[in-house]
Amino acid sequence: MAVAVAVDVRLPTLLRAQAGGKSTVTVKGATIGDVLAELVAEFPAMSGQLLNADGTLHRFVNVYVNDDDVRYLEALETPVKDGDEVSLLPAVAGG
Amino acid sequence: MASHRSILDLIGDTPLVEVSELSPNPDARIFVKLEGKNPGGSVKDRVALAMVEDAEKAGLLRPGEAGQVLIEPSSGNTGIGLALVCRVKGYHLVVVLPRNVSPERRQLLELWGAEIVESPGSEGSNGAVRLARQLAAEHPEWVFLYQYANPANPRAHYESTGPEIWRDCPEITHFVAGLGTSGTLLGAGRYLKERNPSIEVWAVEPPAGEMVDGLRNLDDGYIPPIFEELGGADLLDRKTVVRPKESIEWVRRLADSGIFVGLSSGAAMAGAARCAAHLAGGRQAVIVVVSPDDGWKYLSTGAWTGDIDEVSERAGSVIYF
Repeated sequence: MAVAVAVDVRLPTLLRAQAGGKSTVTVKGATIGDVLAELVAEFPAMSGQLLNADGTLHRFVNVYVNDDDVRYLEALETPVKDGDEVSLLPAVAGG
Repeated sequence: MASHRSILDLIGDTPLVEVSELSPNPDARIFVKLEGKNPGGSVKDRVALAMVEDAEKAGLLRPGEAGQVLIEPSSGNTGIGLALVCRVKGYHLVVVLPRNVSPERRQLLELWGAEIVESPGSEGSNGAVRLARQLAAEHPEWVFLYQYANPANPRAHYESTGPEIWRDCPEITHFVAGLGTSGTLLGAGRYLKERNPSIEVWAVEPPAGEMVDGLRNLDDGYIPPIFEELGGADLLDRKTVVRPKESIEWVRRLADSGIFVGLSSGAAMAGAARCAAHLAGGRQAVIVVVSPDDGWKYLSTGAWTGDIDEVSERAGSVIYF
């Protein structure tokens, strides 16, 4: 059974307004899914921004655990451990 | 004497150089493919030539006919590659360029005669894409190649970059490249997986969404149409974000090995090092990483000589991918 730990979540500029201007917030969870649910519970204005109505990740948000994109790990089931850093970034164009 | 009829004949066939001395894992060798050796100075020469030739084959562009105009959004290298190809072939190019790119990029576009239209720096490449689409709609007579949705972009890498890597390094176990339009990863990555399905494809990206502060909300996000249409999410095995400071640290380590490459190459090399470090002990690996361009266009950033924190801070507000 995974244990909930406290992790720091780095927010991109466009989500900071919904978190009282903070660039990093600390939330608890055992998986990325828990962490995002906790984030939305604490800052309800983020709800439509991070997750779709069916609970899947919004297509234009990238979530990283220690800089690895969770879509290529175990998506929302990706476990987090003590000291991990989670970052959220909007998908933008490059090139 | 060996010679070529056109500078465009020199696009592609770039060298691979070993940098295993920089690998954090003695069982993982690392080779860098130096795309800065292309005549326009970047990997995007391949894409520029392929897209223009594709448009010529389709009859959208007619070689030799005066007054033909192309438009393209680009944070730099695609624009520069297209400017070179258009100068040689006689087309007029309009590049929509975010205001916050390095001055060298602007100068290279100008020297090959491209017309620059600026888009707001705060909107990053998304803003350039939006403005180019608008201008293309207002000028239906212009040819809009649209690198993000043009299958000739990944095809250039499927037909050249991928086969070159396979020819020069059939021992490859991991392919690492930056994710901009996704053309390199989709094209070369697919080619390599078709040759050997056990090859892992790793994408490296800058935290571009952190730098772009002009987005109103996540619905302003952007995923290149080619990435979704060609199954990018299924092709990639891993995607990792590399921040400016780490990119610059790797640019400096590469310079210590005598390799002078740009900031996105530092990011890609950081990704290759992460890939090497991640491998289980004793597993032999051969990592090939793409260096998109050389360091010349980044001298003004002070990347090699300035205080690393100051340079990283500045790099955070300049588009280098």
